Amino acid sequence: MASQNSDDSSASIFVKNPTIKFTKLFINGEFVDSISGKTFETIDPRTGEVIAKIAEGDKEDVDLAVKAARQAFDHGTWPRLPGSERGRIMMKFADLIEENAEELAALETIDGGKLFSMNKAMDIPQAASSLRYYAGAADKIHGEVLKMSRELHGYTLQEPIGVVGHIIPWNFPSIMFSVKVSPALAAGCTMVVKPAEQTPLTALFYAHLAKLAGIPNGVLNVVSGLGSTAGSAISSHMDIDVVSFTGSTEVGRKILQAAAASNLKVVSLELGGKSPLIIFDDADVDMAADLALFGILYNKGEICVASSRVYVQEGIYEELVKKLVEKAKAWVVGDPFDPKVQQGPQVDKKQFEKILSYIEQGKGEGATLLTGGKPLGEKGYFIEPTIFAEVKEEMLIAKDEIFGPVMALAKFKTIEEAIKRANNTRYGLAAGIVTKDLNVANTVSRSIRAGTIWINCYFAFDNDIPFGGYKMSGFGKDFGLEALHKYLQVKSVVTPLYNTPWL
Amino acid sequence: MASLRKCWLLSRPFSSASAALHSRGGNISSLSRGISKYSTASAIEEPVSPPVQVNYTQLLINGQFVKAASEKTFPTLDPRTGDVIAHVAEGDAEDVNRAVASARKAFDEGPWPKMAAYERQRILLRFADLIEKHNDELAALETWDNGKPFEQAAKIEVPMLARLMRYYAGWADKIHGLTVPADGPYHVQTLHEPIGVTGQIIPWNFPLLMYGWKIGPALACGNTIVLKTAEQTPLSALLASNLLHEAGLPPGVLNVISGFGPTAGAALASHMDVDKLAFTGSTSTGKIVLQLAARSNLKPVTLELGGKSPFIICEDADVDKAVELAHFALFFNQGQCCCAGSRTFVHERVYDEFVEKSKARALKRAVGDPFKVGTEQGPQIDTEQFEKILGYIRSGVENGATLEAGGGRLGNKGFYIKPTVFSNVKDDMLIAREEIFGPVQSILKYKDLDDVIHRANSTPYGLAAGVFTQNLDTANTLTRALRAGTVWVNCFDTFDAAIPFGGYKMSGHGREKGIYSLSNYLQVKAVVTPLKNPAWL
Repeated sequence: MASQNSDDSSASIFVKNPTIKFTKLFINGEFVDSISGKTFETIDPRTGEVIAKIAEGDKEDVDLAVKAARQAFDHGTWPRLPGSERGRIMMKFADLIEENAEELAALETIDGGKLFSMNKAMDIPQAASSLRYYAGAADKIHGEVLKMSRELHGYTLQEPIGVVGHIIPWNFPSIMFSVKVSPALAAGCTMVVKPAEQTPLTALFYAHLAKLAGIPNGVLNVVSGLGSTAGSAISSHMDIDVVSFTGSTEVGRKILQAAAASNLKVVSLELGGKSPLIIFDDADVDMAADLALFGILYNKGEICVASSRVYVQEGIYEELVKKLVEKAKAWVVGDPFDPKVQQGPQVDKKQFEKILSYIEQGKGEGATLLTGGKPLGEKGYFIEPTIFAEVKEEMLIAKDEIFGPVMALAKFKTIEEAIKRANNTRYGLAAGIVTKDLNVANTVSRSIRAGTIWINCYFAFDNDIPFGGYKMSGFGKDFGLEALHKYLQVKSVVTPLYNTPWL
Repeated sequence: MASLRKCWLLSRPFSSASAALHSRGGNISSLSRGISKYSTASAIEEPVSPPVQVNYTQLLINGQFVKAASEKTFPTLDPRTGDVIAHVAEGDAEDVNRAVASARKAFDEGPWPKMAAYERQRILLRFADLIEKHNDELAALETWDNGKPFEQAAKIEVPMLARLMRYYAGWADKIHGLTVPADGPYHVQTLHEPIGVTGQIIPWNFPLLMYGWKIGPALACGNTIVLKTAEQTPLSALLASNLLHEAGLPPGVLNVISGFGPTAGAALASHMDVDKLAFTGSTSTGKIVLQLAARSNLKPVTLELGGKSPFIICEDADVDKAVELAHFALFFNQGQCCCAGSRTFVHERVYDEFVEKSKARALKRAVGDPFKVGTEQGPQIDTEQFEKILGYIRSGVENGATLEAGGGRLGNKGFYIKPTVFSNVKDDMLIAREEIFGPVQSILKYKDLDDVIHRANSTPYGLAAGVFTQNLDTANTLTRALRAGTVWVNCFDTFDAAIPFGGYKMSGHGREKGIYSLSNYLQVKAVVTPLKNPAWL
């Protein structure tokens, strides 16, 4: 699981400055300017320089996109195609993503500061594989025939829910796009996607590929823009049937309020986390150190399931801390196009400053700074891998989601103490356990109030594994067949029976 | 294992079948023209030269085409003429042993069951693409070896094979065990594991589709396979399996043995190292297969056997539509469908009109060289079936049923039979009780629903049934009352990858296709361990 320096032989053919082909809104199968004519700048976090000006969608643009999606749902072919046909088109879409993997990976790197090698090996292939997974599910959506208590024939229909609004974050633009869009497409829904304003480039490229693959006009619309305008218009739209959001808990709350205040649309929220990684005395220390470090530094710590609280049992605490610091110091931060680099820049200035202020807060609260703690270089938004020890439960760095390469380390004695402290959070997205003891693993797995438990692994995502939060980390699942059900309505159908030979 | 056979797969309801054909290739409208012209009596002319070569005639073991251990071969015949198409390696017990050893190794050592399901999926998807690429070649081989209309093979059956592979590809990464509640502090889960080496024996009536029904779920679940084709139709499975290897299937995962039932088939059914057997064919052979499994290693057996399926036309029926559907239900694929609607029950109020129109429809049926555009019906599969069907026709006449149309051979070469319609058929006549597996329609009259339910169920079979009515309550009553694995209401032979298919009573055990088919190829392992201080139960 630990990240290695990529030995990518294609390093020499980096497309460091890919041509930006798509900068407009994608509505009803066409790239169009925003009605206001306004644009916003998307920035390269390596340098802070402008990559491109992107059409800035607002309420009027969302209205147009929803109208197209509504038309495509109410009168179009998409929900009326056999699931197998939708699946074929989605398979084609996946093939096109693979064919354009190099370019997509480069766009993802310049727009989000993500490692090019990882984008190519993981993010972009995952976008294709999610599409394939749900393509294969499109012809396997089963309702049930029901057991009635009297002479009735009853069954359920799993119907596509209608027009979906997807609001996706900037930390995994490709994977989030695919994980939201794929199950909705498979279900037969139509949709409006708002990518994050920090990372609009790949979503617009995907819109182009979707059209090439044969997804009918109006089924998939992409409106780039800001949360407070375009995002807000989606969540309060009277003609959107469901909103699926991934982002911060703070914004999630606003979306749920907007949904409640408008048409009571169904909402699913995948929000923040402060996920614990609990390392027991019997752990392989080397492996545990790799896992802990990877858990917080992967994707620059910009991942909602980051193992941002690491609890280590006292017997191996000293040894583990030593290894962690060694490994953190050897961690390579730099240009995300360089295959030797393990960590690129934070996504933007705002995040960069926020993370640095949390680091200052940690120092002020009395946590011990073991390593890191400073920005790196003169340009861009690079931050050193940072580890705080002796972090107390009440400190802000133990409570808040920092969303950066900052680990909060603490020591524990007993399994009961570990469980109690791990659950002492308003979040419940994920948790990790490192132990060889079956009973410890089972007890902790059931005791932690979180949506995913990784035992002796971390970030072990898979298409078939449902993912989502407990508590204020949200509700509803992405991934797996569970995600499909976010985009389906259940209709019960009942009719009387006469002279039935059985009930 | 003389008469292995199977039913038809159709992706669309009958009423839209011709539309589906149009969308596939366009020129099937000539088929409808063929229907409307007088053709039954037209002489069988010089056979069309099949647009395909036979490249694979050997056994496929461990990814290699090899001779039989005995070096014996058998001829496979063109049912249009009775001429030899090719000599095919004749597998026997020793070849089955080699194939099972190869499948065992591929299962025990991998990579197939150890591979990520996503990778298995990708191989099946590539196979589907290759099937599409070789569509006409596969279809031509199927028609040449089997005698079925080329348009049917090329526009429906081969595309359906690709569709099946894509369907099962999608299952590979969605096979879920359960976590299970326990009465005490235990953690319980079920693992759905591949069952192991599977033996599959398929019939001659839909060689490629039956191949797809069988290998699709077995492969998706991670099993390895020894498949025996019918001796009448060994060719298309060899070509398809070669494509599957081209798509990336590791050697040993799918082994194909051509050969006969009493030798190769029996060796497979009684093999001690085969973990599961699936058979499609006649009820009499199914009994033998089940006995062999019982006598050897108690391997579980899935059986898809014969049928004598009722097609019930209710008093409210639109007679013209009912005639067309009932005609299709029986005559499709030369009547060589285990789910053929071979007992046509017609309500007395519409009976006379129905018989008259059914007769006219049968007389218009275009019988001829299956490679010719517009042909609806080709020859029967072989001389044995041909003679058997003619014997049933004689018995119908002798027993006093009224012969409305057909009644004998067509032409003087090959195995062509005139579309035959009997009316005034009584329940106790042989033609109303036994599976004829040929183009012989038996029309029976009934009075009311209770009467027809009772009569429709008075059969040892229970494969399928058809109901033709617009009345919702009648449809619901019949649907629940008929003891059959499939009930088609206002359609017939509507098949789909996701619709399960299988029999009640002596029509078999288990279900193929759909989610249900996966369980045939999975073992369920319960895993239980105590919980210490669980947070909840």
